[in-house]
Amino acid sequence: MALAPQPTQQGGARTAQTPTVPKGDQKRLLIDLLLTGLIASAIFGPIVGMNATAPQGGLVLEYRWAAVLWLVGIVVVGRLLLHLLVWNRPDWVKPIHIKRLGAGLAGLGLVSLLLGLFVVKAPWFDAAGVFGLIAGAWFYISSSNETAAERGAPSPLANAIEPLGKYVGVALLLIAIALPFIPGVDRRIVDLAILMLTYVMLGWGLNIVVGLAGLLDLGYVAFYAVGAYAYALLSTIYFPLWFGDGITPWAFWLVLPLAGLFAACWGLILGFPVLRLRGDYLAIVTLAFGEIIRLILINWYDFTGGPNGISDVPRPSFFGIPFTNDENGFAATFGLTYSPLQRIIFLYYVILMLALITNFVTMRLRKLPIGRAWEALREDEIACRSLGINTTNTKLTAFAIGAMFGGFAGSFFATRQGFVSPESFVFMESAIILAIVVLGGLGSQIGVVVAAIVVIGAFELFRELNFLKAIMWEGFDPTQYRMLAVGVAMVLIMRWRPRGLVTKRDPSIYLKEKKAVSADLVAQGHG
Amino acid sequence: MASPLLTIRGVETFYGKIQALKGIDLDVNEGEIVTLIGSNGAGKSTLMMTICGTPRCRTGSIRFGEADITQTPTHEIIRLGIAQSPEGRRIFPRMSVLENLQMGAAVTDPKYFDEDLARAFKTFPILEKRQSQRGGTLSGGEQQMLAIARALMARPRLLLLDEPSLGLAPLIVKQIFEVIRELNAKQGLTVFLVEQNAFHALKLAHRAYVMVNGRITMSGTGSQLLASPEIRAAYLEGGAH
Repeated sequence: MALAPQPTQQGGARTAQTPTVPKGDQKRLLIDLLLTGLIASAIFGPIVGMNATAPQGGLVLEYRWAAVLWLVGIVVVGRLLLHLLVWNRPDWVKPIHIKRLGAGLAGLGLVSLLLGLFVVKAPWFDAAGVFGLIAGAWFYISSSNETAAERGAPSPLANAIEPLGKYVGVALLLIAIALPFIPGVDRRIVDLAILMLTYVMLGWGLNIVVGLAGLLDLGYVAFYAVGAYAYALLSTIYFPLWFGDGITPWAFWLVLPLAGLFAACWGLILGFPVLRLRGDYLAIVTLAFGEIIRLILINWYDFTGGPNGISDVPRPSFFGIPFTNDENGFAATFGLTYSPLQRIIFLYYVILMLALITNFVTMRLRKLPIGRAWEALREDEIACRSLGINTTNTKLTAFAIGAMFGGFAGSFFATRQGFVSPESFVFMESAIILAIVVLGGLGSQIGVVVAAIVVIGAFELFRELNFLKAIMWEGFDPTQYRMLAVGVAMVLIMRWRPRGLVTKRDPSIYLKEKKAVSADLVAQGHG
Repeated sequence: MASPLLTIRGVETFYGKIQALKGIDLDVNEGEIVTLIGSNGAGKSTLMMTICGTPRCRTGSIRFGEADITQTPTHEIIRLGIAQSPEGRRIFPRMSVLENLQMGAAVTDPKYFDEDLARAFKTFPILEKRQSQRGGTLSGGEQQMLAIARALMARPRLLLLDEPSLGLAPLIVKQIFEVIRELNAKQGLTVFLVEQNAFHALKLAHRAYVMVNGRITMSGTGSQLLASPEIRAAYLEGGAH
């Protein structure tokens, strides 16, 4: 089932999946199912079966054994099906049958989904449709990979996707540029796109530190916070104090480079003590660093406003022209009718531009000696030193430049929200950014984009899944399950594409022709 | 041949409380191949690393040409003209062969790059065929050639080779040693070679040192040591070749 193109790897995955129960051995099958049920009940029993609620007068434990029974039942039946259909498939069932089954299921699912959405308007149809689509796609992909593996060929899916890689970047860029003017795109979608682009930018920034230089940074959100607070503090308090109120419309453009500079300085401050650390130890220290910054923001009440944060952060202006509904505003100046969407679209283009600058700088740096030194440092620090590379400077520049882009993004975040507080800079943010980089494929620029769209899009998608409310129990709220779903998605991606979604890496230099790098030599799951 | 290029005097190196080098005196003269042989854990690689400044020696001095490099930062030492092909090759597995070679040229003027690259490909023709392949996909022998070629890209006056024969087939070992001999003979490159494969190393070297437990116990020309009964008993007749 592995999607990796190497036949040898698939062989490995295959042996790992050899059936635990030989064909026709009813007794061992029964024992296996019993064990599965026991494990499932041990997991679901406490997590799902007991629910602590606090009605009036203290804590009460509620029991939901019926739900546990359902879940355990699903797991056991699923395992039984795996035994009978996948691991011990009868001889007369050929992969082509499974493939057809998959195609059929997916088709039925699609029909059901469309019916549910437009004709019957029944949530059950939607749910069955989604399930059918996913199951059908699963069967289809796994069986076609299997037939390919039998022939020793790379999986057809990988074959189909890889050549498209070249065009994905261009297509995404064109869509991104045209997005606000595509018919049917409303404020909600542009807002979502801004959020995604912010994470794309953060992902690209972190990619310098983690993907290129190989320094696992779990506290990247600290630099994001430094940038946000730099903008908030300078534009609300210090700039008006120093230069008068007239400066406020220009504040964003003046603070942006400063915020990057501040964040870069903090990158150096973090960099110095961790110069000798690598891997797990580095991760712990950077994690602590992220928390330290957040705790300082909470506790230094006089300076940062503590948990209350800083409100009334100036909104961005079109190079001095505010987006207001009066004669000095953007709309009046350019003879347009006023719409609050104008500011959103402007923000969208600002973050698009910032993100593209991040990408451009990273791509250029990769071609310069410093960029290659980062990559070499990731590969082998001792070899780097034996070649006369100053590893101290190399690490510090990676930290500083990565942090700088985090600072830019933070500054943008502050002007978009109009409000900053330590709440926005929790460890979860670092984890999401890191997840985007790892899922996208360490060091891959386009992978970060894809992963950011998938992860952030998945988060938002959960707000839309209202049909789930109808089929699940009373009071079911899909948004509460989004972290669970993202976790499941991560496990699946790491199972099938352990090196990230986009694993190819183009060499930064080449003599005659550019050759892509096979996925098997790209970093796997570690910083 | 007489002018010393590398002079090591009284060097003692510690790992924490453990003394790895117990007072080493060693010379490498311009244009020579000098080899250091010894068994596992004798301190050969430590001496190699000490020359490059990680770890630093606690006492003693290391001179390279006119300069005292005892306290020079590692990356500065490389810039002075010492290149190392470290133990276990340590090529960059996920970078292409060409990128590996380019990393080797990190300390040189970019204007020499094309010329140096052509020379590296001439010395090791197989690398030219493999240039856009990942370093990690090369065979062990090719990786060793890449490691040496990468070190040569730095235009060194002194090449330090740490166990180039490690884990290689005898035929490949022969090839690599032949290349070292040619580099020395044709380009006048000074080579300091650390080896466990005593037979090949001694045959190749002009002069040799034997290290036991952090001390130099014997020294002489390669052929002298090859003939010495102690060396034969300790290093050669165990089937090290």
